[in-house]
Amino acid sequence: MGATAVSVELGRKRIVRDIDLAVRAGEVVALVGPNGSGKSTLLGALVRDLPLAGGTVALDGEPLASWSSTELAMRRAVLPQHPVVTFPFTVGQIVRMGRAPWAGTAQADDDDREVAEALDATDVATFRDRAFTALSGGEQARVMLARVLAQRTQLVVLDEPTAALDLHHQEVVLETARKRAAAGDGVLVVLHDLGSAAACADRVALLSAGRIVACGPPDQVLVPEVLSEVYRHDVEVLAHPVTGELLVLPRRDWSPPSADL
Amino acid sequence: MSAPGTTGADVDGDVDLEDVVAADHAHVRPWVLMAVLAVGLVVATIVAIGIGAFHASPGEVLSVIADRLGLDVGNPPGPLLDSVIWDIRIPRVLLSIVVGGALGCAGAAMQGSFANPLAEPGIIGVSSGAALGAVAAIVAGFTLFDTWSVAGAAFIGGLLTVALVYVASRSNGRTEVVTLILTGVGINALTGAVIGLMTYLSDDAQLRSITFWTLGSVAQATWSKVLVVAPIAIVGILIACTQTRKLDLLSLGERSARHLGVDVERFRVLMLVVIALLTASAVAVSGIILFVGLVVPHVVRMIVGPGHRTLLPASALAGALAIVVADTIARTAIAPSEIPLGVLTALVGAPFFLWLLRRTRARQGGWA
Repeated sequence: MGATAVSVELGRKRIVRDIDLAVRAGEVVALVGPNGSGKSTLLGALVRDLPLAGGTVALDGEPLASWSSTELAMRRAVLPQHPVVTFPFTVGQIVRMGRAPWAGTAQADDDDREVAEALDATDVATFRDRAFTALSGGEQARVMLARVLAQRTQLVVLDEPTAALDLHHQEVVLETARKRAAAGDGVLVVLHDLGSAAACADRVALLSAGRIVACGPPDQVLVPEVLSEVYRHDVEVLAHPVTGELLVLPRRDWSPPSADL
Repeated sequence: MSAPGTTGADVDGDVDLEDVVAADHAHVRPWVLMAVLAVGLVVATIVAIGIGAFHASPGEVLSVIADRLGLDVGNPPGPLLDSVIWDIRIPRVLLSIVVGGALGCAGAAMQGSFANPLAEPGIIGVSSGAALGAVAAIVAGFTLFDTWSVAGAAFIGGLLTVALVYVASRSNGRTEVVTLILTGVGINALTGAVIGLMTYLSDDAQLRSITFWTLGSVAQATWSKVLVVAPIAIVGILIACTQTRKLDLLSLGERSARHLGVDVERFRVLMLVVIALLTASAVAVSGIILFVGLVVPHVVRMIVGPGHRTLLPASALAGALAIVVADTIARTAIAPSEIPLGVLTALVGAPFFLWLLRRTRARQGGWA
């Protein structure tokens, strides 16, 4: 998927402008940035939820507008930020909905296997028969991710997939994203945690005030000077003493809880 | 349990929830419900045909039907029995089935296509528009073709009003659900006012017709009405039943449904047309019968779960069963008078609806 000179307006206000961003097969691209920087708006435009005020978005070299909804759904899956399910469908039914685009095609034969794999990958197989509406927030988020995985598309777009998750399940999601990329799919993921972005992304796009201020490998984008300015907070970036992995830490001038108490 | 802190708390919470949900989700298998409803409907139909001022046993009812179908029943039924059963009761019960089936299915389709458990065909103006058409026809004195002119005007009024609501709520090629529903509320208020005005201007005889019509009834059933409305209802229900997968997807929200390949805008238009046809045809021959379209799908969903593949046909069957039973009660409870059917369904449906609201509120902590 490639975006060229994309601008989006909400109301009369231009929220993002002149964005160039590509997600290629086999890579994970993380979209990061402070609250209100336009991440969700940009994502909305990239997945055709919002109209473009300028520029183009292409998938497989064709403009997004030229694909039918079903053709798009066979090529690209989208995880929404806030899961919505109106009626008390079971987890199994919801994950199976991810197979809907393939109904009537040869791939529909794989439905059972894909659903089972997606349930396992997100660790929700044990509550397959429970109602989605009765699950906790983190469980709901994982079920929605399972639905997206079951769709089996060459491009996966995840809007804050780790936001509601505990530490273990955050890692499961990041690992899943990497696995999909290793299998040749493209993954675009919005993340708040810069350390997670550093850990799982091939490239990081840093968005600030509606523009991409830096885009490239994590160690080139996640540098203290840029982050401190964008987030308006002093940020340190360290290399893990053993693995060399990037650690992004906010500098704290307030005193931590005292151990003496 | 290796995970510390919040994870542990989460797991504890889940155990409690699991018991609740397990109890709640002892859903009946779809084919069991369908079979029970189908058998129930057949039995209720035969019993309802027999009950009334002129009583007939199920055997007599069957012998009349068999005789009319040209089967040799040995002992042919008398002319009075034949006339009461064949010319009066059977059309009335069949019309109940058609009207109930159309309203139940339309309600389920409406809730599904707007992903809103409170959606009801009346919200988009079908019923009030149909009422306006009917009242206008009555007041204008279109009695030329007897009840047909009123039914026709109701049908056209219902469809025109839906079209108006849809066009008025559309902007930038999209229809937002909340806007659609609020536009419906506005249009409903407007049609209500115009109906009030016409009622005020009508004479006594017209007033009686208007009241009869707005309170809902299948008392004016005839074979010809059944034969005109039944095909519309059957086609509408069949079309709706081919769209059940998309209805399921819409409960994930408009955007997710689109990302799973549903052309949401076009799909909604199709469903609106089907819902409007079903409701308008039902309302045209029966007047306004409240709460069937709202309550029946909820009951069915509780029994069999939310999947539309079963929900739509089961709601049609359950709606038909509900109206057959309700109309039988309406015409026998205070015989020789009749309780208006629409009044009876509202008397039962409204308290049920309120209970449903409270139950859902207690469960989900209110509506978003």
